[in-house]
Amino acid sequence: MADHSTAVSGGATSGRTSLVRRPSRRSRAEAAIRLVLFAAAIVSVGTTLAIVFSLIRETIAFFGDVPLGDFLLGTKWTPLLAGDQQSFGVLPLIWGTLYLTGIGLLVAVPIGLLSAIYLSEFAPRRVRKVVKPILEILAGVPTIVFGYFALTFFTPEVLRNALGLGVNQFNALSAGIILGVLVIPTIASVAEDALSSVPSSLREGAAGLGANKVQTALRVVFPAALSGVVAALVLGASRAVGETVIILIAGGQRAQLSLDPYESYQSMAAFIAATARGDIPTGSIEYETIFVVAMTLFLLTLALNLISIRLVRKYRQVYE
Amino acid sequence: MSGAQIAARASRAVIPRADGRTRAFAGLFRGLMFGAVGLTILALATLLYDIAHDGLRVLSLDFLTSFPSRIFPENSGVESAIWGTLYLMLICAVVVVPLGVATAVYLEEYADRDKWWNRLIEVNIQNLAAVPSVVYGILGLAFIVRGPLSVGRTLLAGGITLSLLVLPVVIIVAREAIRAVPPSIREGSLALGATQWQTIWKQVLPGSIAGIATGVILALSRAIGETAPLLVIGAAVNPRFNPDGLGSAFTALPIQIFAWTQDPNREFVDLAAGAIIVLMVVLLLMNSVAIVLRNRYEQKW
Repeated sequence: MADHSTAVSGGATSGRTSLVRRPSRRSRAEAAIRLVLFAAAIVSVGTTLAIVFSLIRETIAFFGDVPLGDFLLGTKWTPLLAGDQQSFGVLPLIWGTLYLTGIGLLVAVPIGLLSAIYLSEFAPRRVRKVVKPILEILAGVPTIVFGYFALTFFTPEVLRNALGLGVNQFNALSAGIILGVLVIPTIASVAEDALSSVPSSLREGAAGLGANKVQTALRVVFPAALSGVVAALVLGASRAVGETVIILIAGGQRAQLSLDPYESYQSMAAFIAATARGDIPTGSIEYETIFVVAMTLFLLTLALNLISIRLVRKYRQVYE
Repeated sequence: MSGAQIAARASRAVIPRADGRTRAFAGLFRGLMFGAVGLTILALATLLYDIAHDGLRVLSLDFLTSFPSRIFPENSGVESAIWGTLYLMLICAVVVVPLGVATAVYLEEYADRDKWWNRLIEVNIQNLAAVPSVVYGILGLAFIVRGPLSVGRTLLAGGITLSLLVLPVVIIVAREAIRAVPPSIREGSLALGATQWQTIWKQVLPGSIAGIATGVILALSRAIGETAPLLVIGAAVNPRFNPDGLGSAFTALPIQIFAWTQDPNREFVDLAAGAIIVLMVVLLLMNSVAIVLRNRYEQKW
């Protein structure tokens, strides 16, 4: 990415050491500073290690109590109940997460991509100057505010009163749609970057062949930026999968395998936040449960993120 | 074949002729795009209107200077939450500025990208930026509240957890700001005999300070809007005291908002809207500062 800076610093270091015979005080200080900066950079690696270590430790403890097959294939998630009622099948939580994410993406993908195409290919400068800050404001609104909005306005006023739907107070439809609104700015801005980085010679070529602006945008620019656009979608999905508070507030707390969007669902992230309230005893099965769910969530978002990094790198290579 | 004929044939081969259907589709597509942008703006406007409608009624000086009450909504307020949020912001700033800037300087000015450990640090930061915030809460619970650090459910634990959460954001933005300083500045400084660190300290950092400051403010505004990690590490609910040091129990505005939305009494839920307005005003102030900084101190090379 920043080839110039490495070239400069690399060249300068080798140039200087060739002039200095013995390490002077000055160059020892330079080496010490370099070490301090490296130590700071290591903190972020340490953070990852700490996350992975704490997740793995409790996950192993969990699978000492619960067989892996029961966890991965079980269809009932009731870890907090006692005795025979207790069951550790994670599928309902994974389903709830994917179901809510799916509803969110149904909203966010068309709106986000259409906005991105508009901003990149069609919008006059004046309109861009207004719309982009609006997207930035939307991206900066804390998720708790979206949760409040879903619970106190979108469910009762829009879904129930205006549309007359018989939704529960906590339901997947409201939480999912608002989750989608949360993700719109992410998808729109990343996709717009990808579309804008398509060289204008392609657009001019299409125009020269007689394509109108819509044809140019959809048949030339959009396919050329496809990997970046897909990266935007993956990034949006990863945000939706990890989102906690909207689902916790408006989606409800029932881990279930169902298709009814009027009902209440629980996601992995919402389960963690609902169960871990600071005072659960270390080493208890509840404690281990939140770590094993967090591990599942961590692996899922990690996979999504690695895909998106790879895709972004691909489109950068082509057009820069 | 004349040139016009070649052009006509070529355009038939690649793009269908602009007949009525394609023109109708173009119109439809434009309509869809306007609709998408319109819906987004409508969503934001409705959100802001709803918050203002519910929240402005409860907003008063008493609301800002009272502690939350479990029984009387009319005597309830956000004083402890405001102080908690301000303290958390302060801790985050103290932790994140040196760590984030040092990491960014290392990666941009020192790191040799051919070495695997430097590439590892880079990929790691990109990945950390995408880890869900609730997982940072788990980290805080297992490593900071309990485990190795064992500082308990305190302000310090909350501050460190949020710092780790926003550190990747600061690093990424600071790197961009440092990268924007042109190489000629560094070359000039080195040619005059400055060491690499003198060049960074006297030229590169002053030249990128506006961008770094903007990034730090944006990261801090993300930190104070976070709910999930603080819920997981166990922030206090409805405390009737202000935090009085790093070892104190604490709450924050998002936690107070969450607690109020969970109350079956509608009057408490309206208090949540009041607290949201307070939080949004704080965020608005921070973002205004960021914009002013950017406009006043941004260097054009």
